[in-house]
Amino acid sequence: MSEQESVTNAVDSDKAMDIEQVVTDAIQYAKKKGADHVEISARNDKGYSVSARLGDIETLEHHNQRALGVTVYRGKAKGSADSNDIRPSAIEDIIDAALSMASFTAEDEAAGLADVELMAMNYPELDLDRPWELEPDQALKIAMQCEETARADERIVNSEGASVSTIRSQSIYANSHDFLGHYASTRHSISCSVVAADEKGMQRDYWYSVARDADALDAVETIGLKARERTLRRLNARSLSTREVPVLFEPNIARSILGHFFSAINGAALYRDASFLTDALGQNIFPDWLSISENPHIKTALASSPFDAEGVRTQAREIVSDGVLQGYILSSYSARKLNMTTTGNSGGVHNIRLPESEYTQDDLIKQMGSGVLLTELIGNGVNPVTGDYSRGAAGFWVENGEIQYPVQEITIAGNLKEMFQRIVAIGNDVDTCGGIHCGSMLMDQMTIAGSAE
Amino acid sequence: MESIDIARAQLLSPTGLVDEDLNKALSTILGGAIDTADLYFQSQVREAWSLDDGIVKDASYSRQRGVGVRAIAGEKTGFAYSDDIEMSALLESSRAARSIAKASNSIIAPPQHIQTGHDLYVQDSPFDTLNEHQKMDLLRQADEIARQADPRVKQVMVSLVGMHEVILIARSDGLLAADVRPLVRFNISVIAEQNGRREQGSMGGGGRFDYHQFIRENSVEAFAKEAVRQALVNLEAKDAPAGKMTVVLGPGWPGVLLHEAVGHGLEGDFNRKETSAFSGRIGERVASAGVTVVDDGTLKNRRGSLNLDDEGTPTQCTTLIEDGVLRGYMQDRLNAQLSGTVSTGNGRRESYAHLPMPRMTNTYMLAGEQAPEDIIASVDHGFYAVNFGGGQVDITSGKFVFSASEAYMIENGKITYPVKGATLIGDGPDVLTRVSMIGNDLQLDSGIGTCGKEGQSVPVGVGQPTLKVDGITVGGTQA
Repeated sequence: MSEQESVTNAVDSDKAMDIEQVVTDAIQYAKKKGADHVEISARNDKGYSVSARLGDIETLEHHNQRALGVTVYRGKAKGSADSNDIRPSAIEDIIDAALSMASFTAEDEAAGLADVELMAMNYPELDLDRPWELEPDQALKIAMQCEETARADERIVNSEGASVSTIRSQSIYANSHDFLGHYASTRHSISCSVVAADEKGMQRDYWYSVARDADALDAVETIGLKARERTLRRLNARSLSTREVPVLFEPNIARSILGHFFSAINGAALYRDASFLTDALGQNIFPDWLSISENPHIKTALASSPFDAEGVRTQAREIVSDGVLQGYILSSYSARKLNMTTTGNSGGVHNIRLPESEYTQDDLIKQMGSGVLLTELIGNGVNPVTGDYSRGAAGFWVENGEIQYPVQEITIAGNLKEMFQRIVAIGNDVDTCGGIHCGSMLMDQMTIAGSAE
Repeated sequence: MESIDIARAQLLSPTGLVDEDLNKALSTILGGAIDTADLYFQSQVREAWSLDDGIVKDASYSRQRGVGVRAIAGEKTGFAYSDDIEMSALLESSRAARSIAKASNSIIAPPQHIQTGHDLYVQDSPFDTLNEHQKMDLLRQADEIARQADPRVKQVMVSLVGMHEVILIARSDGLLAADVRPLVRFNISVIAEQNGRREQGSMGGGGRFDYHQFIRENSVEAFAKEAVRQALVNLEAKDAPAGKMTVVLGPGWPGVLLHEAVGHGLEGDFNRKETSAFSGRIGERVASAGVTVVDDGTLKNRRGSLNLDDEGTPTQCTTLIEDGVLRGYMQDRLNAQLSGTVSTGNGRRESYAHLPMPRMTNTYMLAGEQAPEDIIASVDHGFYAVNFGGGQVDITSGKFVFSASEAYMIENGKITYPVKGATLIGDGPDVLTRVSMIGNDLQLDSGIGTCGKEGQSVPVGVGQPTLKVDGITVGGTQA
């Protein structure tokens, strides 16, 4: 693997060019060719991932991906184009293509760049660039150690392997409001998935850790151990009979419930009346003890961003206060369609947090009494227009506040609007692997369907 | 023009590369522990038009090109890619890919021979067959038909997407193969409102043909009316039942059942690694008598079809389950070789920047003999699902889900009232043993499927006749 460094560097020098100059020139070119306004975003992700399976290397993948996208406006008509070729001649070709598209699309009053006064002219430095000085053979050792820990039980009979990945990204966004923002960020991860078996069959589960700084990753042994324990505890799972009971979502899936909420208050769904939360501003959506805040400026956090995908300033805010919806998730386009102002969320939400909690997951299991501790959800049976919710699930049957046995082949169903109101407690076991930081979530009732008599 | 000549002209000639250069690159990889290597050149042009709020407001154009280099040593794979298709980048990627094994003396790759594939689709750009005004007319026509179909239609979204792809594969065994692939898709989704209640419906179709086919077959009108019909049915839908019951699945797209319940579990990588609930079960009964399931990449113009796969192997029709007995897996070259068999032409990849894996093409169940109305008449109390969203499977435990988006209750042999969508959950190795009636109405889907596996998306097709399954769990809210 000694050749790896020289190889990536060689590719580098070949492409050495000033990306800020390339983008600035491209904006000039677009304006010269008839664009009234133009915006360009470009990105280069570079790194590698290595995976080990059954104690030996399985794959080594080198990544070096480029993307450049341009949107032009002729008056209020819009056209877009993108390419992975960032040579100036290729960029001019795609600008021509975007301009051609914009000569056919209709004038749209809401179209255009975000307003100039919203540009993040002095954007913060968020310390998102923490390269991991790690050679692929060292990464392989980590992966092998992680898998070895996970397999250290005779009931673990097989493995899907462990992998270590490190990616460094350069992101640039510029537009004809003279905004140009540029930052580097890193993302490192370790993951592991193993298979356990007994006479009733096989079960698989996994664990992972992801962070911008390698020092913030969970210890390799912890990841391997969690992958092992999570897999073993699923052995001998059975279905349940159909019933209505409370459920407790583990943090890594509780996050998805909030994800459905953010989709429902996204401007793109709201202006089309394609959400079950249209006109919900100022309404009680959650119980009154629950507030939800967003902070895009947490140093080194995974969902931090100095400006959004339109160059708009990002800022901390409370989206839900004491259960009441305070604001939507808007881009400049959806904001104009709704006669509002963008919230700096073009590209998504940033570092969502819930109130601090004093409850451990065990406390919540006791509080639930009898119900299902949910550890996995599969499928996507969520209707964004009505909020009707029905997904496959696996987890544990809990009785008298104690875990009884693993369950699988069940569904959970309800309506998201009611489910939000039924959240009775949140745990302190907050998972920060992702943009939504959330602990375990207790819901006082859902319909469980299963195949048991 | 031969695909290989088109591929040479588009992928190699612009930077002066010739066939011998590919051999040179492959020769730098081979040697020592490296068994095989391949180069995958790809260029892809894509355009998309979308209508929303009554106007065509978005149009985009995309162009991607690059080369992926793979080196294989036993079960180990090294991979690197470049978006520059020229000699120095190719050699650098080759050296990076081979770093999976200890360096040693290179050996010369054998002389090249050209592998030809099937002739399942046109080579011309699928989106040049209509001009821009005609494309926008198609979108507006769908919008108008949907809005005029019923005053309850409040919102219409329409999209038209076309893709044109040229690939060239050079393998260390000397094989040189190329394919030129069109892919188009039209989609409409509507939201209807009645007494404050809103529901959606959507329909679309496509395949490896050109835009003109949407006009020739008047598909746009059919798609628009179907989307409206679904939304209006859903406006009347009552809460779905919860629990295990008899389920009748309609023909066509509900074949997503097969894709999830058995398809993924029969992919060669999971079976080589023995992580699938179907591992080691060839020759065993996994379905009722009469159930035959195939994966067929050779259907003309279908979305999941390929003249040859992304490793240069011509696609084929592979029998997965024959009269209820498990017959075969779907293989790519790596997994086939490690399992002592040959590729079934199922080696596919999302792009040059992704590694190939065993993937499905068009997966469907052959027709049986029962009339669909007799199947429904045979059910005392059950759930009849005719449209679905997507699905997912845990191949190790075998548990799979798929989510109905249009469904009805059956009472005393008659379809009674519509119910809301719900997720159905079952066990892959078990569910097809519960098939008790097979319709004579085999249909393939309209060309809308995309399959995701390990982060890679590829277009696929599914199909089946009307099926009766005795006992599957329906995940509604009415316990």
